[in-house]
Amino acid sequence: MIHVKNLCKKYSSFEALKDISFDVEKGEVVGFLGPNGAGKTTTMRILTGYLPMTSGKVEIDGLDVYEESLKVRSKIGYLPETTPLYMDMTVKEYVSYIAELKKISKEERKEQVKKAMNDCGVGHIKDKLIKTLSKGFKQRVGIAQALVGNPEVLILDEPTIGLDPNQIVEIRNLIKDLGKEKTVILSTHILQEVSATCNKVIIISEGKIVAIDSPENLTSRLSGGMRVDITVKGPESEIRTCLEGLDAIKEVKEAGQEGGIATLRVFAKEGQDPREVIASAVVRNGWGLKEMRREAVNLEEIFMKLTKDDKKS
Amino acid sequence: MNIFAIMKRELKAYFYSPIAYVVFALFLLLAGYFFSMILLLSKEASMRAAMYNFVITLLFFAPLITMRLFAEERKTGTLEVLMTRPVRDIEVVLGKFFAALSLYALMLASTLVYVGVLVKYGNPDMGPIWSGYLGLFLLGACFIALGIFASTLTESQIIAAVVGFAFMLLFWVIGWLSGTLGFSTESIFTYISLSSHFDDFVRGIIDFRAVIYYLSFVVFFLFVTVKSIEVRKWK
Repeated sequence: MIHVKNLCKKYSSFEALKDISFDVEKGEVVGFLGPNGAGKTTTMRILTGYLPMTSGKVEIDGLDVYEESLKVRSKIGYLPETTPLYMDMTVKEYVSYIAELKKISKEERKEQVKKAMNDCGVGHIKDKLIKTLSKGFKQRVGIAQALVGNPEVLILDEPTIGLDPNQIVEIRNLIKDLGKEKTVILSTHILQEVSATCNKVIIISEGKIVAIDSPENLTSRLSGGMRVDITVKGPESEIRTCLEGLDAIKEVKEAGQEGGIATLRVFAKEGQDPREVIASAVVRNGWGLKEMRREAVNLEEIFMKLTKDDKKS
Repeated sequence: MNIFAIMKRELKAYFYSPIAYVVFALFLLLAGYFFSMILLLSKEASMRAAMYNFVITLLFFAPLITMRLFAEERKTGTLEVLMTRPVRDIEVVLGKFFAALSLYALMLASTLVYVGVLVKYGNPDMGPIWSGYLGLFLLGACFIALGIFASTLTESQIIAAVVGFAFMLLFWVIGWLSGTLGFSTESIFTYISLSSHFDDFVRGIIDFRAVIYYLSFVVFFLFVTVKSIEVRKWK
């Protein structure tokens, strides 16, 4: 669906994108992940035809974004980073205006606008002025605007930035729903976001792609074995020696001790699940097992690892 | 079709904000003052002197009409949404141009009340009045094209207004350079000047060359405007 090959972008002397290539299949939800200034917005602006590339090739649905910009633009719904909206229009007026610019015929427009507004949950406030809406609803109007006219590809630049936790969850669910029918590319620098919504992650740092994979694969590829955090009532050093003696366990690190309660982080050997052995070992020795939690390797660590490796090489 | 959609939105946007009302009301206040003072002093059933004063008023008001057209959208980022829709750059420029021009035409049309007063109580020569209005309309179109261009240069509406005003004034008075530079520059600067072409209209002469000049002035600056919003692509 989206085919990016050897994409480079230079702003006078600054190289924002250095030879980026990736593919997105139809129906995928792809997370574009990277720190601020990594080149996410630049990539999206090139995909949407707002900026031209310095070199390379981008095709969307078989059409070159530079040569056939107008045709490509009509296949894309785009929400820029800051959610720019016309504050003095009502929700309905604004979405209809964008629908008109997308050349949706007058007969279809009413229906399409209504559908986009309802899908994004702003149907009930359609006659309110945009400037009076909360940030979360403004974001929804922005997505409704991108969605109207049923484009095949949705490109959303930092769709959850600046929202409160409830709104973030709502927008993520909305994106997940949309991803069932459409190809979605979203950018973010929040790592939970991609694991929550995407089935493919592209990690980008300083204009280069450092990893492309599914969130699960990335986690297992880079995390090594399973990690378990336990809290046990008992003598800390004895517990450690005991656990280190177990077969499935590679390493035990002390995480803290307070009033006879020890907190330990246990690293298992690759492919092993040490939880049952730990539990029975603790019980056998008569210590009190207060808590045991499997600690997932989060994308933050993966991200830091990837970008650090990249800098070394 | 897109031109029309953009024009409609821009025209509405003038009335969403107080800009249109303020510009309208104050323009009419000043135009009415000029008209009645000139009429009382000269006791002449003509719009000639009043029209020159309309132009001076217009010099101040046209930048206020055009300043927001691109500067505001650049500042709020809505330009990015607009330019990534299946819309040609030229359609955006024309849509905005026609919106500002319609607002101006509306302002101009409301001064026809003064002509009504002249017709009711006097016996004015209608020829110079109609040609004068045509001249005002064309001149306004030139000012608006200049103002839109100025609006693409910056994110700040204030700067857009100041730059627009300076351009308009410069093109209004550039004819003064004629003959002052010592070599044969007379015809060039007189020709470039917006004011030298305006005189004929007010006198009741519709010179085709003047009409062509104004129209090509508009086309040229709209072209430069399109190029100016494409500048983002060259960086």
